[in-house]
Amino acid sequence: MEEAVRKLLDLASKGIAESRDDRRALEQLKVRLLGRKGELAALFKNLGKVSEADRPLVGKILNDAKVSLEKMLAEALEESREQSIRRRKRFDVTVPGRMPLRGRLHPITQTALEISRIFNWLGFETVEGPEVELDYYNFEALNMPKDHPARDMQDTFYVSEDVVLRTHTSPLQVRVMEKRRPPIRVIAPGRTYRCDSDVTHTPMFHQVEGLMVGEDISFGDLKGILTIFVHQMFGPDVDLRFRPSFFPFTEPSAEVDIRCVMCRGGGCRVCSQTGWLEILGSGMVDPEVFKMVGYDPETVTGFAFGMGIERIAMLKFGIDDLRLFFENDLRFLMQF
Amino acid sequence: MIVSLKWLREYVDFSLSAEELTHRLTMVGLEIEGYHSLYPNLDKVITGRVESVRPHPSADRLKVCRVFDGNRTYSVVCGAPNVRDGAVVALALPGAELPGGMDLGETTIRGELSQGMLCSMKELEMGEDAAGIWLLPPDTPLGIPIDKAARVDDTIIEVSVTPNRGDCLSVIGIAREIAAITGRPLQYPRITLQETGPPVSSLSSVTIEDPDGCPRYAARIVEGIKVGPSPGWLKSRLESVGLRSINNIVDVTNYVLMELGQPLHAFDFDRLRENRIVVRKAFGGERFTTLDGTERELFDDTLLICDGVGPVAIAGIMGGLNSEIESETTRVLIESAYFQPRSIRRTSKKLGLRTESSYRFERGVDPEGVIRAVDRAAQLMFEVGGGSIARGIIDVYPSPVSMPAIIMRVDRVNRFLGIELKASEAADILRSIEMQVEELDGGLLRVVPPAFRADITREVDLSEEIARLAGYDRIPVTYPKAGLQAASVDLHLKTREEVKFALQGAGFYEVLNYSFISTGALKKLRYTPEDMRLQPVCIMNPLSEELEVMRTTLLPGILNAVRFNLDRRNEDLRIFELSKVFLPRADELLPEEPHHLAGAMTGKRFPQLLYGGEDEVDYTDVKGVVEMILGLFNVEQVLYSGEELPPYLDSACAASLYCSGSHVGALGRLHPGVEESFDFKKPVYVFRLDFEKLYAMRRPRSLFKSLPKFPSVVRDMALIADEDLAVGTLLDFIWKQKEPLIEQVDVFDIYKSRQLGEGKRSIGYRLVYRAPDRSLTDEEVNEMHLRLVNNVLNTFDVSLR
Repeated sequence: MEEAVRKLLDLASKGIAESRDDRRALEQLKVRLLGRKGELAALFKNLGKVSEADRPLVGKILNDAKVSLEKMLAEALEESREQSIRRRKRFDVTVPGRMPLRGRLHPITQTALEISRIFNWLGFETVEGPEVELDYYNFEALNMPKDHPARDMQDTFYVSEDVVLRTHTSPLQVRVMEKRRPPIRVIAPGRTYRCDSDVTHTPMFHQVEGLMVGEDISFGDLKGILTIFVHQMFGPDVDLRFRPSFFPFTEPSAEVDIRCVMCRGGGCRVCSQTGWLEILGSGMVDPEVFKMVGYDPETVTGFAFGMGIERIAMLKFGIDDLRLFFENDLRFLMQF
Repeated sequence: MIVSLKWLREYVDFSLSAEELTHRLTMVGLEIEGYHSLYPNLDKVITGRVESVRPHPSADRLKVCRVFDGNRTYSVVCGAPNVRDGAVVALALPGAELPGGMDLGETTIRGELSQGMLCSMKELEMGEDAAGIWLLPPDTPLGIPIDKAARVDDTIIEVSVTPNRGDCLSVIGIAREIAAITGRPLQYPRITLQETGPPVSSLSSVTIEDPDGCPRYAARIVEGIKVGPSPGWLKSRLESVGLRSINNIVDVTNYVLMELGQPLHAFDFDRLRENRIVVRKAFGGERFTTLDGTERELFDDTLLICDGVGPVAIAGIMGGLNSEIESETTRVLIESAYFQPRSIRRTSKKLGLRTESSYRFERGVDPEGVIRAVDRAAQLMFEVGGGSIARGIIDVYPSPVSMPAIIMRVDRVNRFLGIELKASEAADILRSIEMQVEELDGGLLRVVPPAFRADITREVDLSEEIARLAGYDRIPVTYPKAGLQAASVDLHLKTREEVKFALQGAGFYEVLNYSFISTGALKKLRYTPEDMRLQPVCIMNPLSEELEVMRTTLLPGILNAVRFNLDRRNEDLRIFELSKVFLPRADELLPEEPHHLAGAMTGKRFPQLLYGGEDEVDYTDVKGVVEMILGLFNVEQVLYSGEELPPYLDSACAASLYCSGSHVGALGRLHPGVEESFDFKKPVYVFRLDFEKLYAMRRPRSLFKSLPKFPSVVRDMALIADEDLAVGTLLDFIWKQKEPLIEQVDVFDIYKSRQLGEGKRSIGYRLVYRAPDRSLTDEEVNEMHLRLVNNVLNTFDVSLR
């Protein structure tokens, strides 16, 4: 029996040596030696004929032989697979990949979505309103009666005496408050229009309006919410400052400046050497506006804010020319 | 509003640098748009002393000077006759930019090195003297900038004044804010008058016929005045803030306008007929020629300043030619009035005439400041023009403006701002801007604002003053104590986002076009004249013809974007826009603003150069995109048909789209006429969908169906059919057989060949059969399939391939 086992192992070594590169021959050899009807199986069959005393020893010899045979063949097979990989011509991995088609959303859309995401997350609901708007909502209800000098701040496109293209998204403040009771938390993104066209103005642009009204909302709270926004939008280490300003529908009013994202406050062309960038206007809702919608300014307070999406997008993406937004040049759109 | 630091320092003594001042004023609400030196170009022109002068060896008229700046010595070639040893001169160094536009460099003049230039006053635009170089006093320090040496150095700041702060449209107004910031006292100009003339009431009178439009009118008269050029100080003061000098009388009115913010007008008193003033409204159609020489037609609400006969000025806006100060003028009537802001603004707008005066009147001047201003003007006119000031003042002020007393609750203001100020702190802040404050019991303040702060009438206005002067940065950041509230989701908005994302995934770029277009752009789309899309919302004051109406369709913008990109050799395009169009509604002031979706495709199907091949997009590409979008809405009964095609599509290669019988859009190739008008050389395929209709018809997504447990069986049916038999007709027919075990029907190929014959094509349909509860046998399937095939063959003029 030992002799038979030795012969079998010899046969295996020889066979492997002969067909080192021939995977098929190795597979056949494996079947011949280790298969269910193979030569080792045949030897196992004879185990019954061995005397009972010798049987454990012979059994062990056969088992050891099985282990070595399996190992030899496994190694040989593995080696031959590696060989064949080495023999194959290497594919030129530097050829360009086959790109799936992919478009892009306009950077204004992307920015508006990002702004909305931040405020939605703070519980502000997104609302929308008409772009062709009544003079009443665009101006009068916002404490800008006809003949008010503040109307000069916004060059207006008129459709008729009483109808304008909205010059800001602020009419939504009034429209929302007319329909609901406090507490209110909304943002209103959308297109706005002003009769102005030069390097830094396009006659159409985008704004996001925000409004929060409730009991005991303070100017400190306005600072809190807008600080969260700036840190979410531009990063937690961006400084901001609140600067007194004037809007007819808020009092007190504040412009919000952030540390210039280009020069980090050192002064550059983008921030006109001031180190600060104006990004939004805000303020406490003026009691006159509350009166227009039938709220009692003694019991509710609130704040409103508005920002230009183009401005935010320019800072976010480092775009230096406003007009690119509406040319729709693919070489521009592809970059976002 | 442009002011100079030197001028400001006449009223408040402060030591802040321009940079600090800029910051501090900005942080109290007076945004500084910028500041610069009065002589920004002269920083390389310094003082130097001439050490020696020798003749130029090869030029008779030139001299070679050694000039010492306290530190080093320069060799300068100079041709001026008055250059001499020991003179202190203005030395322009290389790199200096002189006002005339000359850039100075080191040079050699006829063999002699010249390291700069000695300048005359004229060359530096600091005086008229051009006869020789500027000789400064011998004790002038050396090496300092020339503007400083001449004591004309000044810093100009540009203040952006918000419309509510008319009181800051003057040097004194800004000085007042600086006084409040720095805690220094504000010093009003000291006015002393020598009234040596006759009583003013014996010379003239003022009648106000419209006290609403003109609540106050004051006047003084100066006699024996000599009109002439202004003295240097007055000229340079005005020039420093960007005003041109006219003559001494007009300059004084402008000076006081800038100084105190009170617009004044000087009339030639002898040209006022009947020597009197009447303030009244114009008669409709009345005509009047203003100072600028324009004859204007007046409206019946135009407020006029008249003499005994007719108009001599449009109140608060501009004077008239007929009473203008001339060189022979000897008697001047100075007007200082308070006009109602709204009336001035309306008139200024109607006449299209805006002046420094109207700008201030419409923002509200100080009704209590008119006397100070008229006194100040009389004093200065006497100083610069001589003569004598008539005794007394005419002051017609029928109902004096009274400022409201505001009761301010300190606690309420603290809570509103989120700050904790003591009543006394709040009172001090308000007093710093000239409010009268009385502290009452119970944390109340009684505040009377000064007359120049007409913008302050309510507690909330006071809270703003307190917030800005205390400093917004002193208010701590807090967070609203509001109940948790989930923002509800606007499904319309969310669906639009889904569509946009799907298109992005399909290789489309989103474009944004202006909402306004030209009517010409609509006509290019071949709409018939009665089409409602040619009845857009029109803009009364468009920027240009290109932007004159609100779009009724997205296509002009889309096609312009295609054109724009083709011009830039971006030739493989997939673009879309999902946005509003504007459709006028009868009986409604505001138009309907539905969302539409439109897109265009042109160029290569797969733009990648290496793998893309030559295939160009065609109808099937644009239809695939439309099908994908319809899938998002899960709409039913979709039909592509040749009915009701829009005029901009090529009827041989386009379809109208119906869902549940309703027209929801169109797709296909552009009409050749449209392609031509946009100069498209290659086919352009477009789609247009009515988002609102699709949104209204959308169905909820189907629930999950369990995965099949038994295998399917596939059978093909290849037919030879007439080319005119639509692929879809047979598909519909197969589905209509209501064979319950048909799971899916696909088209697997469509082709034409010579063997098939003229006008024929082969269409291959693949049917998938499956039973939900068992494995189908071949026999079963064969039987079903054969039945179906026979039905097809019996119904249509087709044969099996």
